[in-house]
Amino acid sequence: MMEGLLDDFLVRALLAGLMVAAVAGPLGAFVVWRRMAYFGDTVSHSALLGVALGVLLGLNLNLMVTLVCVAIAILLVLLQRRQELAADTLLGILAHSALSLGIVAITFIEGLRVDLMAYLFGDILAVGTGDLLSIAIGGAVALLLLIVLWRPLLALTVHEELAQVEGVPVLLVRLGLMLLIALVIAAAMQVVGVLLITALMIIPAASARRFATTPEQMAILAGIIGMLAVGAGLWGSFQYDTPTGPTIVVAAMLGFILVHLLPGRLIPHFGGR
Amino acid sequence: MIRKSPSQPAAAEIDASPLLAARDVSLERAGRVILDQVSVQVRPAEVTVVIGPNGAGKTSLLRVLLGLWKPGRGRVQRRRGLRIGYMPQRLQIEPVLPLSVQRFLTLRQRAPEAVLRERLERVGVPHLLHKPVQSLSGGEMQRVLLARALLNRPNLLVLDEPAQGVDIAGQGEVFKLIDDIRHETGCGVLMVSHDLHLVMAGADAVICLNQHVCCTGRPEEVSRHPEYQRLFPESDMQGIGVYRHDHDHVHDVAGEVHEHHAGCAHGRPSGPGGGGSR
Repeated sequence: MMEGLLDDFLVRALLAGLMVAAVAGPLGAFVVWRRMAYFGDTVSHSALLGVALGVLLGLNLNLMVTLVCVAIAILLVLLQRRQELAADTLLGILAHSALSLGIVAITFIEGLRVDLMAYLFGDILAVGTGDLLSIAIGGAVALLLLIVLWRPLLALTVHEELAQVEGVPVLLVRLGLMLLIALVIAAAMQVVGVLLITALMIIPAASARRFATTPEQMAILAGIIGMLAVGAGLWGSFQYDTPTGPTIVVAAMLGFILVHLLPGRLIPHFGGR
Repeated sequence: MIRKSPSQPAAAEIDASPLLAARDVSLERAGRVILDQVSVQVRPAEVTVVIGPNGAGKTSLLRVLLGLWKPGRGRVQRRRGLRIGYMPQRLQIEPVLPLSVQRFLTLRQRAPEAVLRERLERVGVPHLLHKPVQSLSGGEMQRVLLARALLNRPNLLVLDEPAQGVDIAGQGEVFKLIDDIRHETGCGVLMVSHDLHLVMAGADAVICLNQHVCCTGRPEEVSRHPEYQRLFPESDMQGIGVYRHDHDHVHDVAGEVHEHHAGCAHGRPSGPGGGGSR
């Protein structure tokens, strides 16, 4: 029964999208709180390099993408410490160099005919059963990591030094966050593509803010809103024959606009207790 | 405004060895000397205040003492079992993070609501418990920060510019609150400030910092010191005298720090605006 269901490419696509959104939303809350949107962009743009390396070395693509993303994230943090360049300049340089390097590397590999568009904007309809499994594993690991890191990460987000004085292992938690972002990027690459992954993280989280009165509410709501966007985007892309990844992002954006058009009185207010 | 020294808490805490001590601590950042052979001590049940002009390295010294930064040279010693309650200088929380005061207080350790309410009551803002932190005024935020610093029953409170962002009228209240609390709990206080008048009045020991330790001692001694007067020419002793209270009968332990005065005659060029011989 289950196998029969998974034979349908639409069902596989929906499952993959829902799983990715369920993790990307809560993680996106942290990306928004910590002002890491551009950071996420930079790291996700480097995912193509991971693909190229994976193909070259004949290794699992998801694994390679995760590794390269972690490496780039750590490199970024180290470079930012030196403070010779402003953070956004540094991120801009790395984001676009990594993307271009990835594209150049992929086209260089002989005998490999890859659909570049699929990597850039996602190819959720091509998700196979094997992909589904690796997305499930990556997503589950990321979700577990997020739950374990939740409290220290939140303390760190509010005030890093205060957290450190109070005994939070700052370096370890930050490394954990890098790993988390990398895992989600690897999982999301097939759904929305490297160019749009950050959108799947920050747009649902930004929409969720309007309804949330606690960090946890915002994270869970972001997951739900992301899943709704995946469903709506998939339907829309089928209906209007548009590319799925961008359609999912458009759905998320429409949701964001809708949420902000809602009159304030329909939204439960903070502090009104 | 300031009560006499602790009677009961002091009896419980007979150990007069320093809570926290830095010995010959030096720190360089990006090729610039920030701290130069700084030695300081923070004693139990005393208020130690670090003063100095902007860029004197006050916050850096605090970071080294807290263990956030490793000193280039020198050592920092903590007394065993030291529990630090830290109140950072400024705390701005992104509006996009939905966080109530209650949640903010329990970020690191969970505590029953009654305890939180009691702590907030102590700092005078019990009504804020369920408010979003972003809605607090500067003074309210400082009080909430103080409440959080008190949560783990610290024996040392470390405060970085505790009256920052508080209006003039509220500043005196914040310092009075800190003074009251340390008398109630018997904890030591280490405070960085540039509010000379308000702070020196309640201090037991003052460290005047300008990369190096210019002078240390009791407030009235430091304020008479030539190097202090050179750094803070506008400060007149009359202002401090208004708040002055009788402290002499308790703190004769502070004896040895006076000796530092002799070492202060070294004429190094220091700080912007220094240099002239006043």
